[in-house]
Amino acid sequence: MLGEGILKGMAETAKNFFGSYVSAERLTTVEYPEQRIPTAENARVFPFLVYDAENRDGGGPEWEAGLRCVSCQICEKECPPKCIYIEKSKDKKLDYLGKGQFYPTRFEIDISVCMSCQICVEVCPFDAIKMNNEFELSTTDRFGGLLLDREQLAKPNEYYHKIHPTEAAEVDARLAEEKAKFDAKAKAASAAKAAADEAAAKAAAAIKSAEGGS
Amino acid sequence: MIETMDQSFVLLQHWVVGFLPLALRPFAVVVLGVVGIVAVFPGLFALSVLLERKGLGRMQNRLGPNRVGPYGILQPIADGIKSLTKEDIVPLSADAAVHFLAPLVLVVAAFLGFAVLPMGRNMVLVDMDASLLFYFAIGASTELSIFMAGWSSRNKYSLLGAMRGVAQMISYEVPLLMSSVAVVMISGSLSLVKIVEAQNHYTWGLPHWYIFTPWGFAGFLLYAIASTAETNRCPFDLPEGESELVAGYFTEYSGFKFALFFLGEYLAMFSISGIGATLFLGGWSAPFEFLTWVPSWIWFFSKLMLSIVVFIWVRGTLPRLRQDQLMNFAWKFVLPLTMLNLFVAGLWRFLGEGWMRWVVCSAILMVAYVAMGRIGMRREHFGPRRYRYAE
Repeated sequence: MLGEGILKGMAETAKNFFGSYVSAERLTTVEYPEQRIPTAENARVFPFLVYDAENRDGGGPEWEAGLRCVSCQICEKECPPKCIYIEKSKDKKLDYLGKGQFYPTRFEIDISVCMSCQICVEVCPFDAIKMNNEFELSTTDRFGGLLLDREQLAKPNEYYHKIHPTEAAEVDARLAEEKAKFDAKAKAASAAKAAADEAAAKAAAAIKSAEGGS
Repeated sequence: MIETMDQSFVLLQHWVVGFLPLALRPFAVVVLGVVGIVAVFPGLFALSVLLERKGLGRMQNRLGPNRVGPYGILQPIADGIKSLTKEDIVPLSADAAVHFLAPLVLVVAAFLGFAVLPMGRNMVLVDMDASLLFYFAIGASTELSIFMAGWSSRNKYSLLGAMRGVAQMISYEVPLLMSSVAVVMISGSLSLVKIVEAQNHYTWGLPHWYIFTPWGFAGFLLYAIASTAETNRCPFDLPEGESELVAGYFTEYSGFKFALFFLGEYLAMFSISGIGATLFLGGWSAPFEFLTWVPSWIWFFSKLMLSIVVFIWVRGTLPRLRQDQLMNFAWKFVLPLTMLNLFVAGLWRFLGEGWMRWVVCSAILMVAYVAMGRIGMRREHFGPRRYRYAE
């Protein structure tokens, strides 16, 4: 009969209405500022720059000295909305491998332009830029407040471990492997060099003795 | 004491008027009544907006507003301050004068409807002989304001909303009037005060409200349907269907003018529920004889708020209709039933006292309802569209 469905529906909403006062599991609302649900591990908002805590080379504050970024500017070029601005240094600093590398004298991300696409993270060959999961970034200054500079972007590797543990462990393992490989190579190179030096010395001595003999 | 409680507002009015010179008194009586109405109904508006937001939230298993004040009870005040401080934007190409007038016309028309509403024993601003007629005449002018708003905004969504609104309100005005004509036929008066008095007596402690008769019950349901459509409430809220028309005829309104539209809509709801309560639910009379000591205005306002709660409940339950469903429902179901109801009311009058008229009238209405539901509301199956091309 006409109207049966309406009555059924009205009963359902009435059940919801009274049920929401009785059973707490009906209410799925998380009352945000007081209650929070932890973000998913792979949650991403805006990028940040990773620095290693051990001060490697040069003076300055820890965050500046330990930045992994070598200002290759790939991320700047790849960024679809062009929200990254980098100025390359004139001099070089030693990186974790002990190689001399440039470093950024300016590294700015305009998060009002950033679209959280993660392309900068994917193109970075140095694992220097990663995605942050901090989302409470509201500010009263919409120009300066949303333009993050190097210091605001730099976060220690421990922070990276805290927000994305699995990913950070992978990155650390990869970096350690690379370092081991580099060290082995360097050792081999130095050994070869030493051997070459020795051979050269021997040859020189042989020549000398030959000269002396004549 | 009971008498004083019941008549407290009337006595207050007389007391205040007593201080004035004789020449000013008739004028002062009216002004005081108007002040009362203008103070009470916006207050009820705030209350019912809060009720609606909380109630709808709970029906959808949400919490509803709970930030402003304890349990969010100060939310209407915050909303009011917000709408007052917002920028009032008038589109450049809008017809500024009409655009400005439309919300005013709506609110004034909505307030005028309260003039004839008996809100308690002796509590009516103007006791007209044809107050029901006056009410419907004033109620029809809200269509004007809706069309003014839609037309002057110079916006396609506004105009579409206004056209829908006017079409819907004119279609449903017919069953709205027809269903209340049955009451006029039985009570023999167009005066709302007399209609309430006709219902205000009891047998075995139960009242003689018109809803407790077959024609009255049917009439009340039809009146409720038509009044839901008349006030553009869900499920008949096509004129302001936000998923299709942004906000319908008040798309281009902002700030306080938007709030006025909102107020006008709720005032229309209050007055139409008040008329409904007066016609079918015995107005200010008590539901049981032993409760007649409770002041009459309490009964009136509790009936009013009860119908607002039902409005909210329906809004929380039913989805919006399509335009053709809306029109089909009005012309193919509601209107024929109201006309039949007029006939049944006449039959009720002339079958005389006794059980006969109960059986006959109920049977006719039930059969008609089922048959109309089967035939009139039959679902039409649209097959795949076939295209014909010119040979």
